[in-house]
Amino acid sequence: MRSARALVQALVYLVPSFAVFTLFVFYPLVRNAQMSLYETNPFGGLTLFVGTGNYAQLLASPEFLNSLRVTFLFALYTVPAGIAIGLPLALLANRRIRAIGVYRTAYSFTIAVSIAAAALIWEWMLDPNVGILNYLLSVVHGPRIGWLTDPHWALLAIAATTVWKDLGFNVVVLLAALQGVPDELIEAARIDGAGQWAAFRNVVIPAISPALFFIGVVATLGVLQSFGQIHILTQGGPVGSTNVIVYSIYRNAFFNFRFGLAAAQAMVLFALVLILTGLQFTVFERWVTYQ
Amino acid sequence: MTPASAASAAARADRVLPRRAAARTLRRAASRIGLDVLMVAVALVVLFPVLFALSTSLKTAAEVDRYPPTLWPHVLSPGNYAEALQQAPLPRFLLNSLIQSGVITLGQLATASLAAFAFSFMQFPGRQVLFFLFLATLMIPGEVTLIPNYLTVRTFGWINTYAGLVTPYLATAFGTFLLRQFFMTIPRELQDAARIDGASRRRFLWTIVLPLARPALATLSIYAFLSAWNQYLWPLLVINSTDMRTAQIGLALLQSQEVVAWSLVMAGVVLILVPTVFLFILGYRHVVRGLTAGAVKG
Repeated sequence: MRSARALVQALVYLVPSFAVFTLFVFYPLVRNAQMSLYETNPFGGLTLFVGTGNYAQLLASPEFLNSLRVTFLFALYTVPAGIAIGLPLALLANRRIRAIGVYRTAYSFTIAVSIAAAALIWEWMLDPNVGILNYLLSVVHGPRIGWLTDPHWALLAIAATTVWKDLGFNVVVLLAALQGVPDELIEAARIDGAGQWAAFRNVVIPAISPALFFIGVVATLGVLQSFGQIHILTQGGPVGSTNVIVYSIYRNAFFNFRFGLAAAQAMVLFALVLILTGLQFTVFERWVTYQ
Repeated sequence: MTPASAASAAARADRVLPRRAAARTLRRAASRIGLDVLMVAVALVVLFPVLFALSTSLKTAAEVDRYPPTLWPHVLSPGNYAEALQQAPLPRFLLNSLIQSGVITLGQLATASLAAFAFSFMQFPGRQVLFFLFLATLMIPGEVTLIPNYLTVRTFGWINTYAGLVTPYLATAFGTFLLRQFFMTIPRELQDAARIDGASRRRFLWTIVLPLARPALATLSIYAFLSAWNQYLWPLLVINSTDMRTAQIGLALLQSQEVVAWSLVMAGVVLILVPTVFLFILGYRHVVRGLTAGAVKG
């Protein structure tokens, strides 16, 4: 009786959040799963139960397989580059010098930049005729590249935009991790005769490995969910070369009005996200060093 | 090492040390200056796109089309801003974004404070299960709820309304988690003292917990506002009338015109960056705390 009253009292505080979650997270998740098993009309109504029909159709669809391939390539272009550029910046930002706050703000500045703003700025820099990137290329006698119109380059151009946009986040997380490495640990290694590089490799890197891993997962999740930069820069083209999963869902649902098929695509995306998050919690926890 | 050989090694080191120490000091100073120069150069490279956007926003239309491109404007043309504000209803877009982000921020502060309070100061059956359900929402990507949410909002008649823009974002598992972490650090004795003083639970939350939690609330506010202001996909879906567009969407459409006036688009970019850059610089500490909350194990 008393515990029932305690529950009611607590629910008063929890209901606002739960109402929103129920209506806009739990219900649509179930609804989406259900919808993926149906054919739908253009208004989103369920018309015909087709079981795994939508999934079978996806697996046989070159467009869907292409979107998986593009998303994988996109991850390959952005995630390692983001860490490789972010780590040296974080190391520089971790120096103890005057006005270091100014540098930290500068290096993590892209956190304040929205994906739309980032995409527009890069579109301007990537302009084939008057853009600054092609001008810099011409200075070293490089070719004039149609960054966003050439299927060989478009995904790389999107990746460059994304790496820049995410750089600030990577720097902040890696810097926080570096600041957590005790000085004594590095000093002890140096006293034992380790050079700067050896101390970095054998002490600092293992100590910040959870953050490196965290960034790897977050960046991959970000890639799986990228949309804005593709919508602004290439609309999935040229010839599908930047048609990542989310863009493909968007097209199928809101242009072709094939809600059932798009819902099935969304379930595949969900599965990928769960696998990644699961990996974070199980497999890698083991080899990532925690203090 | 015997004591004798250790002593002679020390003596040798004494003789060599001054010269070597001087060389080392010099080398260190040189590498320090080198690093300083490198740091400035890196900052300029990282900021280059933003600085170049700022520079472009001040160029005349003729200069923007010039090849090779100019690094900074030869003729200052601040009129671009006035023109950008006129061409698209940019003031309206900015106002829409301000309302959208403001309501989402206030809503998240309210719902997350209440939920975090229940999870940290109240004992009730099913607490673990309910908290797990909260955390589970973090694992569900927005894309998998996108289509049903769009249909729901449409059924409610919320297309082209602020209600459609903000309602799905009025609760936050991340924010609840962040506040709960902070609430847990508040001594239980305070709650007992408040109860002895006859204060109701609501008053305890309002007059003691929330004032103490001001830093955590600031972190959540800045994080929520930044995320809401920068949203793209959801506002794109639920808004299709010009005057209800958020700044991000309205700006993206400036670019989809036949001939892109880059100086105007960049003026627009600078305008939508102002609020977030302002928040970012003033609230840097909070931004960092918000972003690293997930990275630090706890």
